[in-house]
Amino acid sequence: MSGPAERTVLVNGERCRVWEKGSGAPIFYLAGFGGLPRWTPFLDRLAERHRVVAPSLPGFPGATGHDRLDSLIDWVVAALDLLEAAGLEVGDLIGASVGGTLAAEVAVMARRLVRRLVLVAPFGLYDKGSPPLDLWGQKPGALPGMISAKPEAFAAFTAPPEGIAPAEWSIQMNRANEAAARLLWPLSDTRLERRLHRIRCATLVVWGAADRVLSPSYAERFAARITGKTRTTIIPGAGHLADFDAPEAVAEAVLSALAPGEC
Amino acid sequence: MKLMWFHLMPYTRLPDDFRQRHNSVWVDIDRSLFDPTFAHRLYNEFMDELEYAGAAGFDAVCVNEHHANGYGLMPSPNLIASALARRTSDTVICVLGNSLALYNPPTRVAEEMAMIDCISGGRLIAGFPVGTPMDTCYAYGQNPSTLRARYLEAHDLIVEAWTRPEIFAFNGRYNQLRYVNIWPHPLQKPHPPIWIPGGGSVETWQWCAAMDYVYCYLSYFGYQAGRETMMGFWREMERLGKDRNPYRAGFLQFVGVAESREEAMRLYKEPAEYFYGRCLHVDSRYVNPPGYNSEATQRARVTSQVALASQRAQTFGGGATWEEILAKGFVIIGSPDEVAAQLKQVATDLNVGHLMLLLQFGNMSRDLAGYNTRIFAERVLPQLRGLFDDRWEDRWWPTPLPKAARVAPQPSFDREAAE
Repeated sequence: MSGPAERTVLVNGERCRVWEKGSGAPIFYLAGFGGLPRWTPFLDRLAERHRVVAPSLPGFPGATGHDRLDSLIDWVVAALDLLEAAGLEVGDLIGASVGGTLAAEVAVMARRLVRRLVLVAPFGLYDKGSPPLDLWGQKPGALPGMISAKPEAFAAFTAPPEGIAPAEWSIQMNRANEAAARLLWPLSDTRLERRLHRIRCATLVVWGAADRVLSPSYAERFAARITGKTRTTIIPGAGHLADFDAPEAVAEAVLSALAPGEC
Repeated sequence: MKLMWFHLMPYTRLPDDFRQRHNSVWVDIDRSLFDPTFAHRLYNEFMDELEYAGAAGFDAVCVNEHHANGYGLMPSPNLIASALARRTSDTVICVLGNSLALYNPPTRVAEEMAMIDCISGGRLIAGFPVGTPMDTCYAYGQNPSTLRARYLEAHDLIVEAWTRPEIFAFNGRYNQLRYVNIWPHPLQKPHPPIWIPGGGSVETWQWCAAMDYVYCYLSYFGYQAGRETMMGFWREMERLGKDRNPYRAGFLQFVGVAESREEAMRLYKEPAEYFYGRCLHVDSRYVNPPGYNSEATQRARVTSQVALASQRAQTFGGGATWEEILAKGFVIIGSPDEVAAQLKQVATDLNVGHLMLLLQFGNMSRDLAGYNTRIFAERVLPQLRGLFDDRWEDRWWPTPLPKAARVAPQPSFDREAAE
């Protein structure tokens, strides 16, 4: 698979990488926990039919500036700035995991910006009967097995790319981990529940059946509170990063939801 | 040379199979292991030990802050310090210290420390640690990504609250206060000496140099392990053009002293093994939350001593052996002359003017702690006193009211005087 084109936009004066590939109706993608160390088969699959635009949120691979963001409103404004700088006017938005939290907030705050929304296992709600996993309280080395159903593939996905010293890469990966913590520590409850009713656009909620971070039961909690037409798809065998674990199945669900005429 | 008596207040009844049966001494320590009736005894014995050390001639008694921790029963060191302010008369009270980002608003620290300074007649040292990840991020839920910025802002707010002559508004990144006007004010002017217990990060050293604060390295692993850190500190001071005044630094050392080395070996083996085995049994899940260490520190590859201990425990599957504790100098053991000679060498070698001594450690009983303290005070301390003082002045030591101006506790009343 060929790589994406790369450009840089500024958010709060900090450089954020934007990856882009394919042509057709644009889809914007905010990545999940750990960000995008590499282009993925899932995005490649979408790029067969769409122009896929994947901007990096502050602190995630290719972007800095998470340490300027203190509150949820800072994060949401940064996500809006980032998406607009990357070219979003009115369009379809996918957010996965951490990126899903902010994609949902964008759809809440800037309703007219988002035509259709896809949420892949987003954070933001808290079910005390099934609390989110403590991502930052795991044994060293245990995390890949917690967030992906394919930990070996995930380890290769997050391994140092060529041309970057492993020590420097580990600092960048740690930065992505910190950025997520900055937004979600300690319980991953952003009180999104109070605002979800403002999402009135057509929404697809995707969840990995084997998600060990957020139980698939959260899919129903989201679907029940979003007021737009909402569909839920549970992907067998996929973990928290469902679009990484099951690129074909998630892409198929997304392509069908974002097909012309679907709304 | 200042010799300071430091208490961690460890719970002394962790079971023999604690390492095997329990996950961690910190954060998720088993609630059922805590017996409040026993703690009643323990706190009172520990405070006896601190008061005794103050009376026995130590320059200071030291307390510190930990949360959800089986080897540190002082979530609020200020409570102990305020009791010590009443129950001791001349010794300095070193609170080492309050983890500033945990207090909301941080003016609470300014107020409580000002109270202790007033009650004690100006005998307070104000220690300002960031706090460990276990205490701050896990037990107290603070965000590791904002912890240091909050700490630095809290520091600024506290110092301003202590020193600005007017009532002011504070519009910080994390704290907004319309009216900052603490009552009481600290007795010492401009404020009590500020000491910073830290790990080995260059940024902390630079900050201490810029602010003219004492840097303290509270190592559990003795002078051999601490040597590299202290050498780094002094190299950085030299680079910044600061003098080598040993009173810029503090260092913690475990000591067990007895009439003879043989007796010391017999008396202190068990409490040392208890501390290094059970008390440092920390789950590695809680030692390195992302953002706790700055990227500059990560680049310098500094690993905190607790992280080291935890990694070490994972690697070796157990605590340090007695042989290792002795060989690596985690605990300095010996007769009074042997201990004095070793400590003189440690202080000179590390160039440390403030030596903090852990003479109660692990499950040491009140009687044994008292013995260790007494023999140290009578036969080791006189051999060390005066070291450095021919060349250097301690500019970072409290300046209490003159003794004649200080009020002693007097809980009785003269009826005639009242009438």
